[in-house]
Amino acid sequence: MSDSLYLDEARDPLIIAEGWMKDGKDVAIATVVETWGSAPRPVGSHLVIDAEGNFHGSVSGGCVEGAVVSEAIDVIGSGKARMLEFGVADETAWQVGLSCGGRIRVYVERLG
Amino acid sequence: MDPYALKTLNAERRARRAAILVTDLGDGRDRIVREGDQVAGDLGTAIAKAFRSGNSGSVEAEGRTFFLNAHLPRPRLVVIGAVHISQALAPMARISGYPLEIIDPRTAFATPDRFPDVTLHAEWPQDVLERQPLDAYTALAAVTHDPKIDDFALKAALDASCFYVGALGSRKTHAKRVERLLALGASAEQIARIHAPIGLDIGAASPAEIAVAILAQTILAFRSRGLDAKGAAA
Repeated sequence: MSDSLYLDEARDPLIIAEGWMKDGKDVAIATVVETWGSAPRPVGSHLVIDAEGNFHGSVSGGCVEGAVVSEAIDVIGSGKARMLEFGVADETAWQVGLSCGGRIRVYVERLG
Repeated sequence: MDPYALKTLNAERRARRAAILVTDLGDGRDRIVREGDQVAGDLGTAIAKAFRSGNSGSVEAEGRTFFLNAHLPRPRLVVIGAVHISQALAPMARISGYPLEIIDPRTAFATPDRFPDVTLHAEWPQDVLERQPLDAYTALAAVTHDPKIDDFALKAALDASCFYVGALGSRKTHAKRVERLLALGASAEQIARIHAPIGLDIGAASPAEIAVAILAQTILAFRSRGLDAKGAAA
């Protein structure tokens, strides 16, 4: 019943986002809100990003994080939330043909 | 996201309580809904469904689109008794996504040799549960057959509204147990929540088969939370 087994505080994106906020950082939260086909991360998954481009969590298992981070930095600047859509059918994303053909929608918003 | 909503959500998650973050995707406003909070209309129906399934998703209601992010504590299984059944149950429960812990003060039973890779407490349930209380997202299976060990844990599980409470023993054994639990102050309504004889009736004969029956009943109880009074997490 140790905390680490049930809520991994050191790696949990929402716990990290709260810590960043307490440290006075500007933070954006990206959330997978919809998936079609075989998407690598389930609906509800988070990536949290600070204004310097540091990030924790994942919305796609590595495929589109780069794009989400750069959009998130814009969202931190403007304060306006964005809805992003990605196809995951990228041949370079997977070596053995897994998860091809999926699509995801990611909602990116500023914290506060 | 509202910073207050984030703080509230994380506090609920740390306390192992279910919560849903409801975000209006039109204007970005959000709020936290706790299990048991009353929400009217189609949104309320969708929220109730998300609490049961644990699945997040979008819903159209009142002409708006809401995203419901369901945060349910990870269900876990506490087994009282480091017995043969528990040896089979431990790996099966882990594979099924129900991390398991075993409590048994009998040090001859609760040995790492018999339970490799299992969180094992060779202590009395009273001591372990005081440190690490049970909750509505915990299942408890009491399988020692020994009232000195099982009874306290069963009463604690009923008081904590564990989503599943099972106790090994025949109907005759259970009838005596009911008397003892009444004497400990459990209500008849609480006692009716105990699954005894334990496990789904699949005709289990061996310890491993009984473990399958217990695990199946635990999963059924978890997936049907809130669907009937007996399974209510309350």
